[in-house]
Amino acid sequence: MAKALSKFLKTEPFSTMRTIFNVFTFLFKPKVTVEYPEERTPLPPRWRGRIILSRDPDGAERCVACYLCAVACPVDCISLQKTEDETGRWYPEFFRINFSRCIYCGYCEEACPTHAIQLTPDFEMSEYDRNNMVYEKEDLLIDGTGKYHDYNFWRVAGKAIGGKSKGEAENERPPVDVRTLLP
Amino acid sequence: MTLMQSIGYPLLNIVFIMLVAILWAAILTWVERRMLGFWQERWGPNRVGPSGVAQVIADIIKLLTKEDFTPNYGDRVVFIIAPASLVVAVVMSFGILPIARDIGISPDLNIGILFFLAMSSLTVYSAVLGGWASNNKYSLLGGLRGASQMLAYEVFMGLALMGIVMITGTFNLAKIVEAQDNMWFALPQFFGFVVFMIAGLAETRRLPYDLPEGEQELVAGYHTEYSSMKFGMYFLGEYLGVILISALITALYFGGWHGPLLPGWLWFMLKTIFFMLFFILLRAALPRPRYDQLTAFGWKAMLPLALLNFLATGIIVLVVLPHGGT
Repeated sequence: MAKALSKFLKTEPFSTMRTIFNVFTFLFKPKVTVEYPEERTPLPPRWRGRIILSRDPDGAERCVACYLCAVACPVDCISLQKTEDETGRWYPEFFRINFSRCIYCGYCEEACPTHAIQLTPDFEMSEYDRNNMVYEKEDLLIDGTGKYHDYNFWRVAGKAIGGKSKGEAENERPPVDVRTLLP
Repeated sequence: MTLMQSIGYPLLNIVFIMLVAILWAAILTWVERRMLGFWQERWGPNRVGPSGVAQVIADIIKLLTKEDFTPNYGDRVVFIIAPASLVVAVVMSFGILPIARDIGISPDLNIGILFFLAMSSLTVYSAVLGGWASNNKYSLLGGLRGASQMLAYEVFMGLALMGIVMITGTFNLAKIVEAQDNMWFALPQFFGFVVFMIAGLAETRRLPYDLPEGEQELVAGYHTEYSSMKFGMYFLGEYLGVILISALITALYFGGWHGPLLPGWLWFMLKTIFFMLFFILLRAALPRPRYDQLTAFGWKAMLPLALLNFLATGIIVLVVLPHGGT
C-alpha cells in the first residue's frame, strides 16, 4: 500500500510539485559561494602561481643562467642574459618574465637544475597597464630559499669558483692526476 | 469640478500607477536574481548598495550606455516598433487592475477580462515582428516558436477565465473581486486557476516556457539582434508581464484586496508578491520542455482540462446557483 502510494507520488504532476518544494527548501541551506575578497579558498602549497627566483641558504642568487627555463617555456615568456662575476659564478645579467604571456604550466620549475625558479601560491597579479605585467629580476628575486631550504648548487657542483677549487665540493673526491695512473 | 480636475486627476492616477509598475519591474530584476541565487545555493548579486539592491541602477546604466545596434540588413522600422509594442501592450493591461476598492485606473471597465485577453494577444507581435525584422534565422525561429506557443496557450487562457465569468456573470474585474468576499475563486475554480497560471507563464515567456528565447538552441531567440535599451524594452516587458499575471491571479482567484486587518492595497500587493516569488521559484525548479512536448501539453492536456472546467462550471451554475448564471 505504502509502496503503491510512493510510486503514485512519483508520477506527474506530483513529481513536479515535489521538485518545486525541494528547490524551495534550498532557500534555507548554506550557500556554497566563497565571497572572494573577504573570504578566500585555501591554496595548496604546490599551487602554480606567481613565479619567483629564490636564493640559496647563504643568501646568494641560485639562478646560474643556464637558459633551461627559457627553453622549456612553451609560450616563450622568460628572457634572460647570462653573465659571470669575478669569482667565476654564472648569474643572469637580467631576468625578465612577461606574466601577460605566462600560462603557469610550471615547466620552468621542472627544468631548473638549481631550484632557483619556483611557482608560488599567489594569483592576485592584476594590473591596469599591460606593461606592468613584465616582471624584472628585482621583482622576481626573493630573500628566502622558497620550497627547498638546504640546497646550495655551488656547494655540490664540480665547477671551480672563487674560494672553492676542483674537488672541494660536497661528496666530491679530489681530481685524479692522470700522470700518476700511468703503468 | 473644473476641467483641470476632471483631466488632471485621472492623468496623475495613470502616471502614478505606471511608474509604480515600472519601478516594481526594475526591482523585480534584482529580486529574481537574488532569489534564483538562493535557490541555487548561491548569494546572487549582493555587492552594489545594501544587499545588492543598487544592482538595478547599475544594470540600467549598463543598458543605456551600450551600443544601440540596429541591423542594416533587417527591417529597421519594424525592428524599432517591435520591442515598444510589447511594453505598450503589457502596460495597457495594467489599466484594468483593481488594486483596492477605489484604487486603479479603470477597474470598472465592463469588458475588463476581454481587454486583458486582447492586449496579451498583442504581445505575440513583439516576438514575431522582432524575430522577423532581425533578418536572422535564429531570431525568426524564436519568433515562430513564440507565435505557435502563444496561439496554443492563448486559447485555454481565455477558456479558463470563462469559469469565473460564468459564476459572476460579468467581465468587470472590480465586480469579480467583490464577488470573492466570502470565498476565493481559487477553491471552486481550482482547475481554472491552474490552467490560467500555466497559460500566464507561457504568455510571459518565462523559464519553463521560454522556448522562443531558448538560449541553448537559439542564441537568444527573437531578441538575438537586440541590444541596449531596445533589449531593455523586452526585458521590461517580460518583468511587467510577470507582475501583471501575478496581479491578475490575485484579483481573479485569490480575492484581490480582500483580507483582514491590513488595508486592501497592501493585501493586493502581498498576494501579488507571493505569486511573483512563485514564478521565480518555478524558473529555478523546472527544466524547459522539448518543443513538441510543450505544444502537445498545451493542446492535449491543458485545453481538455480547461474545457472540462468550463463544462462543469456551466452545469453547476445552471443547476445550483439561484440566478442561473446571469
